[in-house]
Amino acid sequence: MLEFSILLPALLNGLTIGAVYALVALGLTLIYGVLHIINFAHGSMLMLALYGVFFLHALFGIDPYVSLLIVPPALFVLGYALQRGVIGRASHGKDENILLVTLGLAIVMDNLALYFWKADTRTIDTPYGFDTVDLGIATIAVPKAVAFVAALLICCALWLLMARTDLCKAIRALAKERQGAQLVGINVPHLFAMSFGIGAACVGAAACLLLPSFYVAPDVGQVFVLIAFTVVVLGGMGSFAGALIGGMIIGVTESIGGLFLGESLGQLGIFVIFIAVLLFRPTGLLGHRA
Amino acid sequence: MMPSLRLSGQRALWAMAGVAIIGVVLPLLLRSDFWLNFAIMVLFFTVLGQAWNILGGYGGQFSFGHAAFFGTGAYVTAVLQVKFGINPWLGFVLAGIGGGLVGAAIGFLSFRYGLRGSYFALVTLAFAEVLRILANAAAFTGGGVGTLIPLKQTAANFQFVDKTGFYFVIFALMLIGLLLAYWLENSRFGARLMAIRENEDAARALGVNAFAIKLGAISLSGALAGLAGAFYAQYFLYLDPRLAYGPGISVEALLVPIIGGMGTIFGPLLGATVLHVVGEIARKVMGDAVGLNLALYGMVLVAMVLFLPNGIAGLARRQRLKPKEERL
Repeated sequence: MLEFSILLPALLNGLTIGAVYALVALGLTLIYGVLHIINFAHGSMLMLALYGVFFLHALFGIDPYVSLLIVPPALFVLGYALQRGVIGRASHGKDENILLVTLGLAIVMDNLALYFWKADTRTIDTPYGFDTVDLGIATIAVPKAVAFVAALLICCALWLLMARTDLCKAIRALAKERQGAQLVGINVPHLFAMSFGIGAACVGAAACLLLPSFYVAPDVGQVFVLIAFTVVVLGGMGSFAGALIGGMIIGVTESIGGLFLGESLGQLGIFVIFIAVLLFRPTGLLGHRA
Repeated sequence: MMPSLRLSGQRALWAMAGVAIIGVVLPLLLRSDFWLNFAIMVLFFTVLGQAWNILGGYGGQFSFGHAAFFGTGAYVTAVLQVKFGINPWLGFVLAGIGGGLVGAAIGFLSFRYGLRGSYFALVTLAFAEVLRILANAAAFTGGGVGTLIPLKQTAANFQFVDKTGFYFVIFALMLIGLLLAYWLENSRFGARLMAIRENEDAARALGVNAFAIKLGAISLSGALAGLAGAFYAQYFLYLDPRLAYGPGISVEALLVPIIGGMGTIFGPLLGATVLHVVGEIARKVMGDAVGLNLALYGMVLVAMVLFLPNGIAGLARRQRLKPKEERL
């Protein structure tokens, strides 16, 4: 019989990881929902953002949470430029070409990072890094609690943004009916790039929340990209609420799986869910059939 | 959409004969170990790329997880040899069968449930990752530490003192790959496969059993990748889960035919040659820095998709067709 006192912290831990996964996946699902492309470079953008947060802290002593004001906008610019300059020009009418180009971009980013910053795993020290909060039933580390709350807040903010602003009304119109949107004067390439940029900014925010309790290395993107895909596929491609729920489910799966099967096999559960959802319910939990 | 550089029928056979003669003479000219090794690696990636080409180039099913087949072939040879003392030549054959079976299993699941396009790519990647994690955790693969194949350099043991032996094995495998592609271009099976690539629904409406044809293609592709894996294991005598099932192999497998020209007989050979010449030059110019080579490959991939979506072979075709198109 497994002790409740072990299971509960694992569950909480899973939920906090899940919130960050959700934030990463939110960007991916936004990009998919609007552009109908699968961004394979998503994990690598997260890796670059993590390095951004790391170096801001290491060189200028900027706290990761202060970086929330710097890194997401920078990622927005990167995303906008990539979509406008490279990805948007690559399709030649075939979805596979987008997948290949984003794969190529991921390879370039990962290996340039490896070249410039070496394979070392880097972490940062913050004064609150080892603090914990006591929730009565279990204690969790402060950075994880902050990540959980902030990720939820950002999800809500993004949802509000998408529901309320003109820009995002246009983006949603574009997602639903591209030609119609074009006819009423919506600048399609600009809005595509805006969507990509917002998706990238989500990744930037995730990086700021993640680094105090995580590490950065050149291959960290590869770990996250598959998890993000799993979350998005599980929740339903293009669904915000789906990304949030999917993130939590995957976070808990990883945490509980790791408890029973050990660190390396724990990830197996994620891929098994991924394959099973793709095969048996490709629309995900909350997605609609295309 | 006719594939370019489609040296069809007799011309393709002549070209293959030419390649065969050059290939046999080549090791006599390459007296340095460096260049022999270079030729072996080019041929090895040609075989791997041809395996991808069968499914992706001719069948239009883009796999991001060819490492699943490659790694299985490599582990079949290595484990049978190390744990059960089975002769690696027999292991080589079994590796092909193993790769084919993994292909059939993944294909059965993916195609049975109608995965296409990007979803198929993602699911193949996930399968390769599952196999990597399992190989990392299992005891009989040596886990994360890897498997060392004991050195015993006799031809009967599929280990050659002289690298020329390896060269001829991989060269023969490359020729088999060319013949397979030739067969695809000149057989009913291949015609059906290409019909599926162009428009699966239309092909099915004409009575093509798309599921069976795709299953056949992925099994064939898996078998060839499995053989390549077995060769890799024998050549380097070392395997670990990352080498066998990691994303690196999957990426190179698709890069080679995309650069050379998908759905062409000689595309993978062309792609592997160009890629490795460029890679070698880069190494000479910029030094042997870790990561730089792959970063360059990534840039080549992006540039190819942006500017030459039909590969180098497509460039030749565009030049040929231009005057005709202008007349129309």
